[in-house]
Order: sequence, then C-alpha cells, then structure tokens
Amino acid sequence: MNKREFLKGTILFFPAGGLLQALAGAAAGQESAAKPGAKKAYNAADHLYGMGIEIDKCIGCNRCAVACKAENDVPDEPFYFRTWVERYTITRDGDVSVENISLGPRKETVQDAREVVRTFFVPKLCNHCVNPPCVQVCPVNATFTTQDGAVIVDSQRCIGCRYCIQACPYGARYLHPKTKTADKCTFCYHRVVKGLQPACVEVCPTQARVFGDLKSKASRLVRFTRMNKIHVLKPQLNTEPKVYYAQLDGEVR
Amino acid sequence: MTPVPRGPHAADGLGELLEQVTGFIFPNEIEIHWSLLIVVYPYVTGLVAGAFILASLVKVFNIKDVQPTYRLSLLTALAFLLVAPLPLLLHLGQPLRFYEILLTPNPTSAMAMFGFVYAWYLMGVLLLEIWFEYRHDLIVLGQRAQFPLSWIYRALSLFSKDMSEEALAFDRKAIRAITIIGIPSAFLLHGYVGFIFGSVKANPWWGSVLMPIVFLMSAIVSGIALVILLYMVLMGVRREPIDMACLDTITSYLFYAVLVDFSLEALDFVHRLYQSEESVKILGKLITHKLFMSLFVIQILLGMFIPLGILVLAKARRFNDDLRKLLYFTAVILIQLGIFATRWNVVIGGQLFSKSFRGLMTYKMEVMGIEGLAAALALLALPFVILAVMARFLPLRPLEASLTGTRPSS
Repeated sequence: MNKREFLKGTILFFPAGGLLQALAGAAAGQESAAKPGAKKAYNAADHLYGMGIEIDKCIGCNRCAVACKAENDVPDEPFYFRTWVERYTITRDGDVSVENISLGPRKETVQDAREVVRTFFVPKLCNHCVNPPCVQVCPVNATFTTQDGAVIVDSQRCIGCRYCIQACPYGARYLHPKTKTADKCTFCYHRVVKGLQPACVEVCPTQARVFGDLKSKASRLVRFTRMNKIHVLKPQLNTEPKVYYAQLDGEVR
Repeated sequence: MTPVPRGPHAADGLGELLEQVTGFIFPNEIEIHWSLLIVVYPYVTGLVAGAFILASLVKVFNIKDVQPTYRLSLLTALAFLLVAPLPLLLHLGQPLRFYEILLTPNPTSAMAMFGFVYAWYLMGVLLLEIWFEYRHDLIVLGQRAQFPLSWIYRALSLFSKDMSEEALAFDRKAIRAITIIGIPSAFLLHGYVGFIFGSVKANPWWGSVLMPIVFLMSAIVSGIALVILLYMVLMGVRREPIDMACLDTITSYLFYAVLVDFSLEALDFVHRLYQSEESVKILGKLITHKLFMSLFVIQILLGMFIPLGILVLAKARRFNDDLRKLLYFTAVILIQLGIFATRWNVVIGGQLFSKSFRGLMTYKMEVMGIEGLAAALALLALPFVILAVMARFLPLRPLEASLTGTRPSS
C-alpha cells in the first residue's frame, strides 16, 4: 500500500465507519438500551441475576447500605435494612464479636491488635434464593421469584401476615412501617431492567460487590465465580442462594 | 451503644428494644413480628380441638360417664372456633385484604390452607354435628317458645319437623358418622397449626417434626381441662349437682393426656439436647435467660408437675366429693395457665433469638393497641360470652330428661 492509497482509505474509513454504526444502531432497533427514551424490549427469560461479594475487598464504608436506603425509600430507623454490613472480629481465644456497622455511629472498642486473629466485613442482603422459603410460605403469592431470578414483594397484594419474615433464614425482610407490608431487597429491580447496576453495587468504591447475569458467559458475575472459591450462607438449609461470597469465613451465618 | 433513634417510629418502642439486645442480631430482627395475638390463636384453636375430642369420646367410644359434658363440649368448641380467626385477622398488616387468602391461595403455603381447614371444620364437622344433636330439641323448642324466639328456633332447625323414630335414629347415625370424620378433622385443625410452626426450617426452635404432635396433645389437654372448668362453673351457677362419676372419668383422661403431653415435650427437649446441633447454645441461652419463668416455672412446674401431683393425690386418696372438686378445679386452672405458657414459649420464644444464633431479643408487650394485652384479653373473653348466650338458649341436656327432672342415665 502506498501513501496515496493509505490516505484515501483513511479519508473514506471514518465516514463509512460512522455510517455503519448508524446502520447497526437502526438494525438493532428498539433493543438499543443506550438511547434514552427508546423503548427497550426487556426479556426477563434471557437473564438470571445474582451477586458476588468479595469479602477481602470490603472496607466497611457502609456506602452500600446508605445508597440502598436512599434509592429504595427504606425507612431511616436502624430497624429496617435491605442491605447492611457486619464486622467480625475473631480473637486469639476464639471469641467472635460481630457488629452491625450500618446501625449508625458507635463507640469504637479499643482492642489489643495482637489479640485479634482476623477481622473482616461482610455485606448482607437478600440472597434471592433459588428455593426461597419466603415464597413457599406466602399465603397469597404476594412474594414471588421473577423469571430473571429476583425475589420481590408485591406490596399491593401482601396482607402483612409476616410468615415470610419468619421463614427467611437470613433476616433479610422487615415489615415496612408505612405500607404495613413485607419489604426486602429487590436487587434494585427497577434499575436492573433498565440495564443499570443495583444502587449498592454502583456506589461500592472497591468493587467488593459484583452484580451480573448468570446466563451470560461474559458477565462480571460469571467471571467472579470462575476466578474465586465461592461459598453461600447457610447452605445446609438448601435455599440455594444467588449471592455468592468469596473468602467467606466459617463464622459468618 | 447505638443512640436511641429519634424518628417517627422511636415511639414504637423499637429504639428502646435495641438497648435490650444481647449479643449480635440481624438488624431487621429487632421487631417481634408475631405478637401476643398469635399466642392466643393456637391457644384458642387448641381448645376447639380438645373440646371436640372430648365430645367424641361419648359418641365414638361410647363412654357413658362423659355424657353430661357432651353438649357443653360441642358448644365450647363452636364458641372458640368462631373466635379463632379473629386474632389472625387483627394481626394482619393489611386486614382488609384477608380475602386474598381465600381467593388466590398459594398452594405451597401452609398458612394459605387455613381458610379451607377452618371452613371444613366449622361447616363440615362442628355445625353439622351440633345441628343433628339439637334438631329434635329445636323442633320442640320451636313449638313451645313465644313468638320471636319460636321463629329463631324454627330457623335454626332449618324448618325440619320430622320427629319420628326413624328420623331420630338417623340423627344418631349421622352424629356418629360425623364424629368419626370429626376426630381426624380435629387432629388436622390443630396438627396443622403446629405444622405452620414446625415447618419453618429457618427457626430451630420451631422446626421440628414433633411440633404438630405436641400441639395436638397439648390441645387435648387444654380442651379437656377447659370443659371440666366450664362444667363445674356452670353447675355451680345453675345450682345443679355435679356428676362426680363424670368428673372422675374426665379427670383421669386429663391425667393421661397431660402425661403423654409431658413425655412428648420431654422427648423433644432431650432430643435437641442430645443432637446438640449448631443452634443448641443459643437455644440454651434462650430458655435460661428469656423463658425461664414461662417455661420452667409456669409451663412445666405449675402447668404440668403440680396438676399431675394434684390429680394423683385426688385419685389415690379417697377424698370426699367436695375436696376432690376443689383439687380438680385447682388442677384445671393451673393446666390452662400452663398451656397458655406453652403457646407463649413456642410463639414468642421462637422470636427471641437471632437467626445468626449470636444474640437474644426482647419482646415488649403492648397493653392497649390492636395487638396488645387488652385486645388479647377481649379475644379470650369473647368465646365465653358466645358460650353463655348459646347455653342460655340451647339446652345442655337432651330435653325429655330435663323435663322429667331426672339426670340422664346414659
């Protein structure tokens, strides 16, 4: 290729590229999620959502819990959480102390660092189980699993019997004091169907939380489960959680 | 410590409860969701099942001694069954949506079956048996009573008029058939309530296959004890003599029922202790820190050991009638107290420890308020009011017998 041909090609390349891009966008039609206002035909059957949490990356900043409350109108009081962060401190004599750092400012207990064997943070949220006990027990089908794997509550249908709260092994549910119906993490379903990340994942400064689609081989979550040894909470209950923890300690329940 | 929050819900007392927490709990666990009313619910349902089973002894097993309490047992079961759904209804966050449970029940939910089990037991068993039992008397009363009442009796008898011997024989046959279906139905009604708790795998205090059986046995205990109590009070109020043969027989059934109930609970306890699963430490703390009074003192000592002792004493020594009555009366009151404590320990006890198995919560009972003590007491008093009205208008003994002034020999 000589100089002249190269320049000709270059001059043609950019407009042609632009044209191709425009054509591709048109061909994709309504599916292009990037276009604001364009209706996206979201097909729930194409997805299965889950979350990965890398314990060693969590610095306990609590931004996830704060963002969740803001995003989802969770009451401010420290009795209602869709997600929260626990801090574990395990000392040399095997003593385990756990604190919920999302409860608000608290006095730091000075501990002899030499006595501490290990310490870490564990973000908690609804596990969006494959076999959710809460869905099983709901008498009116108000809580259900969506096709794309999120366990959510229809607050228009819930009668407030609270059986689901009793049935959840993870304490992930509460009774919303205003609606008097059960409330819980939805994986920010309203964001996810628009192609956005859940609020807690969005704000996490260390990317300790990884959200993704288990049906897409290219998703960050699938990569996460490939790159890490994975554990879930209370596996003996056969709830099959879809929140996967890397570097999870045996003390965590 | 976390500062007491000053939000709109600080007044709910949840902030106060936060300071009562020992150890670590999940943050949403601070609120005790199933309150006193849910203690009342299994207690009341248990009384229904127990009273009905006592009534069936007469018809299915032909135990003639118990005959004087037959109708009382049936009406007691009905009065309490009518009240049984009320605590559930009042407890709902959205009580006006209760019908959803009947219109769109979730087939995998134990709780969704409530409406069907309840409706079956009320209409398929209890009302039917009572109607056949009272049909003859209602016809007679419809003829005897004055105008407005006579029509009510006639309507209650569904305007049936047939008093021929064949018709009465059919009544008896029907009652027997209904009772035979009724016993498993009563087992279903209360065993099912036990299943609601026993099937919750997330909660090791509840999740036990023995739960429905324990519920059932304690239901029989409480139902029998209640009928004895009501029979004694009613005879006292009406200044009629108490049939001591009847009382002695029922109290011996009560004795065996308490014994079986105690054995089952002891089995449950020993089994948990011996298996010593992950939850054993927190459950140990639960019963020693939170349930000591209601479990060891009220349920086991006052509700089981002392009544068992009293019943043994009353049987072994040939005391005179008055002393026996006093002993029986004391025993049945203590047993009621004990069974109520049993329900409390299951329902409230199961919510006082964290599912992280690392901490204990506190239940603070409301006094007023829709789920408070006053509402619970009102709900517990209501069946007695209903029963008093029914006993006022429906004879507790078959009519001919009371007309001639003799006690029914059968």
